[in-house]
Amino acid sequence: MTQTHVDYQLSQLDQLEAESIHIFREVAAEFEKPVLMFSGGKDSIVMLRLAEKAFYPAKLPFPLLQVDTGLDFDEVLSTRDNWVQRLGARIHIASVEDAIAKGIVIDDGKTSRNRQQIGALLNAIEENGFTAAFGGGRRDEEKARAKERVYSHRDEFGQWDPKMQRPELWSLYNGRIHSGEHMRIFPLSNWTELDIWHYIDREQIEIPAIYFAHEREVILRDGMWLSVSDAVQPKGDEKVETKMVRFRTVGDKSQTGCVESTASTTAEIIDEIAIARVTERGATRGDDRFSEAAMEDRKKEGYF
Amino acid sequence: MGTPQTSSDHGQMDLLRFATAGSVDDGKSTLIGRLLLDSKSIFEDQLEAVEASSVSKGYDYTDLALLTDGLRSEREQGITIDVAYRYFATPSRKFIIADTPGHIQYTRNMVTGASTADLGLVLVDARQGLTEQSRRHAVLLSLLRVPHLVLAVNKMDLVDWSEEVYEKIHKEFTTFATKLNIPDLEVIPISALQGDNVVTRSENTPWYSGPTLMHHLEHVHVASDRDLVDVRFPVQFVVRPKSDEFHDYRGYAGMVAGGVLKPGDEVVVLPSGMTSTIQGIDLFDQEIAEAFPPMSVTVRLEDDVDVSRGDMIARVNNAPKPSQDIDAMICWMTNEPLRPRQKLAIKHTTRTARAMVKDIQYRLDVNSLHRDQDTKELGLNEIGRVQLRTTVPLLCDPYSKNRTTGSFILIDEATGVTVGAGMINNAT
Repeated sequence: MTQTHVDYQLSQLDQLEAESIHIFREVAAEFEKPVLMFSGGKDSIVMLRLAEKAFYPAKLPFPLLQVDTGLDFDEVLSTRDNWVQRLGARIHIASVEDAIAKGIVIDDGKTSRNRQQIGALLNAIEENGFTAAFGGGRRDEEKARAKERVYSHRDEFGQWDPKMQRPELWSLYNGRIHSGEHMRIFPLSNWTELDIWHYIDREQIEIPAIYFAHEREVILRDGMWLSVSDAVQPKGDEKVETKMVRFRTVGDKSQTGCVESTASTTAEIIDEIAIARVTERGATRGDDRFSEAAMEDRKKEGYF
Repeated sequence: MGTPQTSSDHGQMDLLRFATAGSVDDGKSTLIGRLLLDSKSIFEDQLEAVEASSVSKGYDYTDLALLTDGLRSEREQGITIDVAYRYFATPSRKFIIADTPGHIQYTRNMVTGASTADLGLVLVDARQGLTEQSRRHAVLLSLLRVPHLVLAVNKMDLVDWSEEVYEKIHKEFTTFATKLNIPDLEVIPISALQGDNVVTRSENTPWYSGPTLMHHLEHVHVASDRDLVDVRFPVQFVVRPKSDEFHDYRGYAGMVAGGVLKPGDEVVVLPSGMTSTIQGIDLFDQEIAEAFPPMSVTVRLEDDVDVSRGDMIARVNNAPKPSQDIDAMICWMTNEPLRPRQKLAIKHTTRTARAMVKDIQYRLDVNSLHRDQDTKELGLNEIGRVQLRTTVPLLCDPYSKNRTTGSFILIDEATGVTVGAGMINNAT
């Protein structure tokens, strides 16, 4: 048994954990068919850990859903497989390639895979009849997300209407939906990037190796270091260099940049992030740079 | 201040939630911008984006409000539509700001923001003094039982740092506050624009000996605001693995709403009234010695009593009385007014039922505190005292005693929208 608390005060990380677990349990109790959207990134993995804690020693009472962009990093996929196996979880894979082949998503050669995910995701939610989909979004990520509710209502087209959001009072969440609609659930709403890293450090949980510093062949494009791969080949006078880098966010290979770093442990990453002067998305996500409201526009269409 | 925390001390930081309130031009966005800037919570790319937007809008200053107005339509209209949540941290504390807009939809948004706040921050413009709006904000914060209140007298630079102006506002507010329930009040003269008394002590106010705003936010004691006496454990989810390894495991998962639970405690399960003893309390794969608010834990009982979601575990001689007749203050949040005989869904802790409006006793004028007893209905953003009859008994406490077991929401069954927020006076 752990020691008795003297002052009955929870640290902020314990409070965030307790509140997220409360949200997971509330959704599992009230929704008919929840699913956990899993990208393989650090936020998804913290979500898995919290879900594991919420229902232990029982297994997760819902499956996972990954949208496979076809451009995912190998390290992310192998971490996903390890987690799924350890939790004994069920997983649905919604493939963007399949959606393109079936004509659900149009590939015009210009739209990013991140945006193409929307169609594949909405289709998977509709086909499987999911009524609630957990997402790892955090309000500190982006200014449109600062307005997001923990329970975020989506109409039968999967759309988010920021002006029609339900007020959220105390810890009383309203999960009422009509047939065909669903709710996006954000248990990490109140977490910041630093909280996520402190939690990964404290819990010593497995995350994809690409978050830690490693040598990689990269090219400089639009001010971002992109990893050379089947999805990214040097164009024009772009020069391939070998650098010590790590990733701050995990998205598809064509859009996600890396940063120069020597941080090889979670503690070193925390020290690095604590003094970072640029947001994670601003630094390394090409898809948020299209316009001032890029995230908001994608969310309205059904992005998480 | 401003030094980022390292991996070792972060786990011990605590959390303060505060709700900001103020009128449109009192400098709220500037103050929030300053708190974020000075705690190094604004990143270069965010600041650059705001600077670029300010230039393209033709402003000759950096409009920090652009940092907090997150939606396209807000930026287009230059107004704040809804509550937004923002985050910053100092070495000792993490802060969550519920940034509630000051325009016409004030009540609904303020009630939302204040429902989870430990502290309410009301801004007044030193030149204007107390306005109807400042009084209304204080009334709402008091009604929502936000235990700590800060009145920040802003724009002191525009009144030549006059002690006299500050004292007048201070005195007027203290007199007004005696009619309310505000256990802890701090009045701080500041200039959000220039940063005086926000993070660093100002040389312009030698007559002021109190704390800076940031110092106060960092040190105000919130742990004792929770009820650690009356055990309240609403059962949220029954954990039954039925696996080979945990074949007989039956745990009741939930978030502690009040009191301290320990293994060996005699407890009663409501509404059935069956008694048992706590066998163990689990936090993931660990057994723990005690659980207190707001921990999310799983409780196991000695006996195989019937317990399901919506039930509540309490101490044998200290349990809430199950009741179907609820007397509450309601904040109404939708255009279609609340009327007698109306039927709604009610969500209280983990229990959902239906409720009928038996009577609207009065409407509270949040400006004058006058009780209008002739009222027949409650309109959007109005607050009133209402009698409800519920289909199943609720296990409730007065809101003044416990903000979790004393609160509920009302849901329109046709649209599914949250239409009301309720604070229980008493149940009979």
